[in-house]
Amino acid sequence: MAEVLVLVDANEGAVTKATLEVLTIARRLGEPSAVVVGPAGKAAPLAAKLGEYGAAKIYVAESDEITGYLSGPSVDALEAVVQQSSPAAILAVTGRDNKEILARLAFRIGSGLMADVVDVAADGTTTQSIFGGAISVEGKVSKGVPVITVRPNSVAAEASPAAGELVTVAVTVSDTAKLSKVADVIVEAKGSRPNLTDATVIVSGGRGLGAAEGFAVVEALADSLGAAVGASRAAVDAGWYPHQLQVGQTGQTVSPQLYIAVGISGAIQHRAGMQTSKTIVAINKDPEAPIFDLADYGIIGDLFVVAPQLTEELTKRRG
Amino acid sequence: MRLGMNIVVLVKQVPDTWAERSLKSSDNTLDRESVDAVINEVDEQAIEAGLRLIEAHGGEVTVLSMGPDRASESIRKALSMGATKGFLISDAALHGACVMQTATVIAKALSTMEWDIVLTGGESTDARLAVLPALLAEATGAAQLTQARKVTVEGSTVSVERVNEAGYSVIQASTPAIISVLEGTNEARYPSFKGIMAAKKKPLQTVNLGDLGIAADEVGLAHATTAVTSFENRPPRQAGAAVKDEGDGGVKIADYLASRKLL
Repeated sequence: MAEVLVLVDANEGAVTKATLEVLTIARRLGEPSAVVVGPAGKAAPLAAKLGEYGAAKIYVAESDEITGYLSGPSVDALEAVVQQSSPAAILAVTGRDNKEILARLAFRIGSGLMADVVDVAADGTTTQSIFGGAISVEGKVSKGVPVITVRPNSVAAEASPAAGELVTVAVTVSDTAKLSKVADVIVEAKGSRPNLTDATVIVSGGRGLGAAEGFAVVEALADSLGAAVGASRAAVDAGWYPHQLQVGQTGQTVSPQLYIAVGISGAIQHRAGMQTSKTIVAINKDPEAPIFDLADYGIIGDLFVVAPQLTEELTKRRG
Repeated sequence: MRLGMNIVVLVKQVPDTWAERSLKSSDNTLDRESVDAVINEVDEQAIEAGLRLIEAHGGEVTVLSMGPDRASESIRKALSMGATKGFLISDAALHGACVMQTATVIAKALSTMEWDIVLTGGESTDARLAVLPALLAEATGAAQLTQARKVTVEGSTVSVERVNEAGYSVIQASTPAIISVLEGTNEARYPSFKGIMAAKKKPLQTVNLGDLGIAADEVGLAHATTAVTSFENRPPRQAGAAVKDEGDGGVKIADYLASRKLL
């Protein structure tokens, strides 16, 4: 059976949910092999989970040089795995780092890159959702081994136990891969909230919050749901929330199970980043706000009354 | 030793994101005719970053674009902001080029110039791939300094703050380097009237594939590494109920979420 490589993302020593989704999709194309690229010791704690979700093999491409430089060493490591395995396809979760690494790999091996797909069929046909979900596009990688990144929340991850055999890959990092040195890594206040891009539930705030302090209402609601927090461009441009958490055309594209828009009017640029969410709920005082055109359920009212009441109700019901 | 820095800023002309965008049913490529064409918004911040670097260190900013002839409008805009000269790669055979081909062609154009830094926006609003800068690093052998919100140059060392969801990393490299900037990096200046008048006289060189020594049958839609086989306009989402708050709006949302098994 054809081997399909899945680049593994891990967060705090655990395989991410989105990686398990990609392993699930990879089974349609062949037999998944997980690829762990990172510093020594990264793969061991991930192995059991990767096997449980269908990885027949787990390629361990570890080197302490990998985290010291941007992109280059990871591309070298992945290329070594590709040469060793001659895969039928190479998949990863859509993300800043992954897209750049896979693009460079694809260029090097003469392949095409299909980025941010929401579905992959057994024959390799991909589906993308473009222009903010207005158009659904089918396509294929037409040269070389297909290289594909998959948008989080595109499928539900399903377990399918496999051997999960560890295969060590010798990683030699070339000098040309060490041009961009990681001089420092700074973790800004992040808290315990899930990542925006792969969160199952997102609560976003907009202009209606009136000030940076207004986000306290959004954050409290998010925490009662275990949700990530997002922001509209208006809120980010006003300096109320960091750009990393902006949802929209010029921010992140998200597709959670539930998206709650608080005080967001729903301009076309915002809709472009969230309208493929499974369920959309809106709270806005303006009955004419375009967000209500796409919301599955909306409350027209004062967000400073409605959102805290919802938070209290959810906290009560969830015990 | 050369004085100042040679900076190339890459700009892309894209359909305005404030309008409804579409694909052409004839060949599944972007419909550039039905919507206003504008400079990709975040590319303006790359231009601004380039202008600030030469204001601090001396040198020149060359604005490079690949696209149809009308992409020269976007180059002129950059020139009116203060860039030194323009360079347009335009050839009918490039229609439908994939990102791998685009990287190859731009890398070829860059090989005809002297440059220390290439600056561009982190992603275009149409394709939204956000990988061209990394591909240019791969294709040219220059350092990849991408997805930056801050750029600092000291001598031949360039440092950027690369943003991630948890914070940022400081990435350092020696020139030559390919830098992409994110929204929020700076506030791009508006062209002044004087700038607009001056831009009309600034040099703008247009080259085709032959000038770059690239065969037409290596590029374009028919030779792209990815193919769009079909597309479908999605029906707009159906609006659900929007209820006026009668004092129990929060409870009603909780009920709705419970009814959809979302709690």
